[in-house]
Amino acid sequence: MVSGVDIAVVDYGMGNLRSVSKALEHVAPQARVAVTSDPDMIRAAKRVVFPGVGAMGDCMRELADRGLVDAVKQAAATKPFLGICLGMQMLFEHSEEGDVAGLGILPGRVRRFFGDMGQEAGGLKVPHMGWNEVHQQRAHPLWAEIDDLARFYFVHSYYVEPADAEMVSASCAYPFPFACAVAKNNLFAVQFHPEKSQHAGLILLGNFVRWEGHSSQQSVA
Amino acid sequence: MGLAKRIIPCLDVRDGRVVKGVSFVGLRDAGDPVEIARRYDSEGADELAFLDITASIEARGLILSVIEAVAAEVFIPLTVGGGVREVADVRRLLNAGADKVSMNTSAVLNPQLVSEAASRFGSQCIVVAIDAKANEQGGWEVYTHGGRQATGLDAVLWAQRMQTLGAGEILLTSIDRDGTKSGFNLPLTRAISDAVGIPVIASGGVGNLQHLVEGVTEGHADAVLAASIFHFGEYSVQQAKAYMQQQGIEVRLN
Repeated sequence: MVSGVDIAVVDYGMGNLRSVSKALEHVAPQARVAVTSDPDMIRAAKRVVFPGVGAMGDCMRELADRGLVDAVKQAAATKPFLGICLGMQMLFEHSEEGDVAGLGILPGRVRRFFGDMGQEAGGLKVPHMGWNEVHQQRAHPLWAEIDDLARFYFVHSYYVEPADAEMVSASCAYPFPFACAVAKNNLFAVQFHPEKSQHAGLILLGNFVRWEGHSSQQSVA
Repeated sequence: MGLAKRIIPCLDVRDGRVVKGVSFVGLRDAGDPVEIARRYDSEGADELAFLDITASIEARGLILSVIEAVAAEVFIPLTVGGGVREVADVRRLLNAGADKVSMNTSAVLNPQLVSEAASRFGSQCIVVAIDAKANEQGGWEVYTHGGRQATGLDAVLWAQRMQTLGAGEILLTSIDRDGTKSGFNLPLTRAISDAVGIPVIASGGVGNLQHLVEGVTEGHADAVLAASIFHFGEYSVQQAKAYMQQQGIEVRLN
């Protein structure tokens, strides 16, 4: 029997997990935070953070090689779950990045910025890198105390296109609007990096560590 | 409204201390890196850059403890460069808490390092730093080894090649302007920014807040980097942002 940690940060060998765990420890000093690639520990954790940077194909392969697919799917279906950046993109069915399948937990696909326009579109650079405004589309416990249009830090070349518009919790414009946060039941996922988004990011992580996993989505009137 | 232009204070770190010189020589002590990082963070810096110019091999590891200490309490992106020679160096810096790693001399000596690191860790964390100096043909040449060694490479072509190999960002420094406080080299900045499809950080020469504005409006930079105007208390990051906003540039204000 694995004793349950409060927050498991899924480690599949990709990206800088230290900044995610440091930020969680900062907002929840009492919580037991574990960066782990042990499926049993992920199953036993009270809540799960699923981060990721790098290439989608590599991440999917590492996740499978470490036997983590089932544990992640189970966590995404049953307990407070936060996907970050590639950890958001991997929840969807398919990515244009390397033409690979994702976990298929959420309906929709992942597309490249300006994929059909070459490297540049009107002087806009890819990756979309820096602080952009996050427009909250629906109320959610994770937006508590965060102003609409607060800026978060982004760095990505691909974005998600959910099949179900109802799950879009926030959008961002670069230059056209894309879904930068999705919510469904106990699951919340963001394209930006809360762990690198200073005050607003730390508030969001603080909201997550207190969240019971009920989304109670209502439109912001 | 959309993506904000970034202001990035840069900390040149030698043997664990922040220093600042003129045209890469004549270093002055500017303080403790963790303390300075904390101050810039509270002033609203969008990112921090650390360039390790540590002289001795024995003191190499110091930058890792600096980054670890900063990353434990400063929650904005951290870029670290200097002395990165192999993929293992990139991994060590990322594990210490860096979000992006910048390469300069080693990218020239071994361009494959850029593509290997980008495919291993993602383009988003690979920055190629280019130190460029005007040449007699009206172009700019890439220099390495802290601006001491000419390479014969054209800076614009080099930036494009680095993008092709997987760099996610270019950190462009004008050697002629670095530390002079006479403003960015705007033609150089614009030439490179317009030639690549990845973000460009302008660096070298900032002496006042109007220079930051020009880097964006005339240099077409996506981010502006400065060191001495912030270190020695001439301006705060807040003042810089307020000024840029007055001049019509979109910035992140808390």
